[in-house]
Amino acid sequence: MSDLVGLSIGRMKAGLAARDFSARELAEAHLAAMAAARALNAFVTETPELALAAADLADAALADGSAGVLAGIPLGIKDLFCTKGVETTAASAILKGFVPEYESTVSGKLLGAGAVMLGKLNLDEFAMGSSNETSAAGRVLSPWRAAGSVVSLVPGGSSGGSASAGAAGLVAGATGTDTGGSIRQPAAFVGIAGIKPTYGRCSRWGVIAFASSLDQAGPMARDVADCALLLQVMCGHDAKDTTSLNVPVPDFAAALSGDLRGRRVGVPKEYRIEGLDGRISALWDEGLGWLKAAGAEIVDVSLPHTKYALPAYYIIAPAEASSNLARYDGVRFGQRVPVPGGTLNDMYEATRAAGFGAEVKRRIMIGTYVLSAGFYDAYYTQAQRVRTLIAQDFERAFEVCDVLLTPTAPSAAFAFGAKADPLEMYLNDVFTVPSSLAGLPAMSVPAGLSADGLPLGLQIIGRPLDEQGVLNAGLAIERAAGFVARPDMAWLGG
Amino acid sequence: MAVDAATVRKIARLARLGVDEAEVLALAGELSAILGFVEQLGEVDTAGVMPMAAVSPKAHVWRGDVVSDGGVREAVLANAPDAVAGFFAVPKVIE
Repeated sequence: MSDLVGLSIGRMKAGLAARDFSARELAEAHLAAMAAARALNAFVTETPELALAAADLADAALADGSAGVLAGIPLGIKDLFCTKGVETTAASAILKGFVPEYESTVSGKLLGAGAVMLGKLNLDEFAMGSSNETSAAGRVLSPWRAAGSVVSLVPGGSSGGSASAGAAGLVAGATGTDTGGSIRQPAAFVGIAGIKPTYGRCSRWGVIAFASSLDQAGPMARDVADCALLLQVMCGHDAKDTTSLNVPVPDFAAALSGDLRGRRVGVPKEYRIEGLDGRISALWDEGLGWLKAAGAEIVDVSLPHTKYALPAYYIIAPAEASSNLARYDGVRFGQRVPVPGGTLNDMYEATRAAGFGAEVKRRIMIGTYVLSAGFYDAYYTQAQRVRTLIAQDFERAFEVCDVLLTPTAPSAAFAFGAKADPLEMYLNDVFTVPSSLAGLPAMSVPAGLSADGLPLGLQIIGRPLDEQGVLNAGLAIERAAGFVARPDMAWLGG
Repeated sequence: MAVDAATVRKIARLARLGVDEAEVLALAGELSAILGFVEQLGEVDTAGVMPMAAVSPKAHVWRGDVVSDGGVREAVLANAPDAVAGFFAVPKVIE
């Protein structure tokens, strides 16, 4: 494998600036890595011609001094972001052949800063899943395997392609989206970093909607500084998204500091769930020790409604999804299944039956049920009231601390088919869903390995708009953990 | 709450989702389990608590009442499974 693959974005920028290598060489090295690792199924669509053309433009810009901050940096874009002229499917059969006529705001910002798109990354269908097993384009494999094992593992989800490609060095970084943990959990499963900013920081325009009150884009990359750099470019007000926040975007990378003197780190006691893996519990304690050593004070806090976050989420997210996914009706875009001699309704039903996978259908059904006459108040309104209580729990906690530290997921990556029961799969999001409901910035940072050598992540949750505080605590964890483990990909051949 | 087959068919109809009989039975079991799980929300006292519909409540955003877009009919129709004479085409709905 080329020396140019696996570098941090910071190192790539320095190398490009010093003319140690060109953007074209960087792109070619990554395209070769991508081709050699096709068995991971991380990409839904590869765009090598676009990548080389963008790399040549980046080289020209680097030569004449007009280069953007991401000039020549090879990225993957989750296939939930509309990309002009490049098929965008949300990993669903119903959007097969959909070629957007426009670019999502976030991917447009990255490309505008000079980034080189290598292709579109696989995900759970419409971002609904925690293991990347629901993709119509097939499951994504993690580049990791447990020590001494030949069993393939999930990369987490829904941003499984982003995670797998990042960990395997196929991309320098990737976009993810996070509705209930879809950036943080896969980042933890493959040993990379990922941050979901405050709801409203990144424009949702052009991002295929799952649950609109929760969906947020964010970066996934191999270190905290790279996440800060990508996040900087991705954030910003957008008049085309009415929930976009019109607030200044700080220079996250410039202000990055692992010095936590004067900061208070909260430990929510409700996250010590019964039966929590002993290694994860110990790593959490270790993480608290690292933050203390970086100058922080550790305080105990309580988030009393934590246990109700998952049930509230599994009402609110499907309710919004059932409404958002009503647009896939075989009329304006995507696939249509004609019913000879049938009515318009017959066409809708046949199209949606053939186009959606089992998990998406389940969520549409749950969402339709909880929004239907007679059940709306008991389910949907009650879930929204509980959401208020969950947000208030965080507000109270942040009266006595600046950030919270928790595990990212209750386990390391698992095998395909290990969580066939939908409810058991949902429980994997137990630590990430509450902060999603409250709209808070949260990130996962690789912190250690399980007993059988698989990555484990710690999660930092911050106050609204305090991405800087989250990134800084993340940097302190990263430095103290010294996590340098990379997957041994000999099993891939290549 | 246990969801029966008739309810599954009714909900599928509301969602315009074609389901065959094998799917109806599977969905009845899965929906019952998921609804059984979320029903624990009923034990939370939410008297006087406002429902949270948005993360950052703020005044609605107004834009100027001016034409800011348009004239892109071809782009709008570019991905349509069927388009005729500048319109989306669907199966006949008027007898």
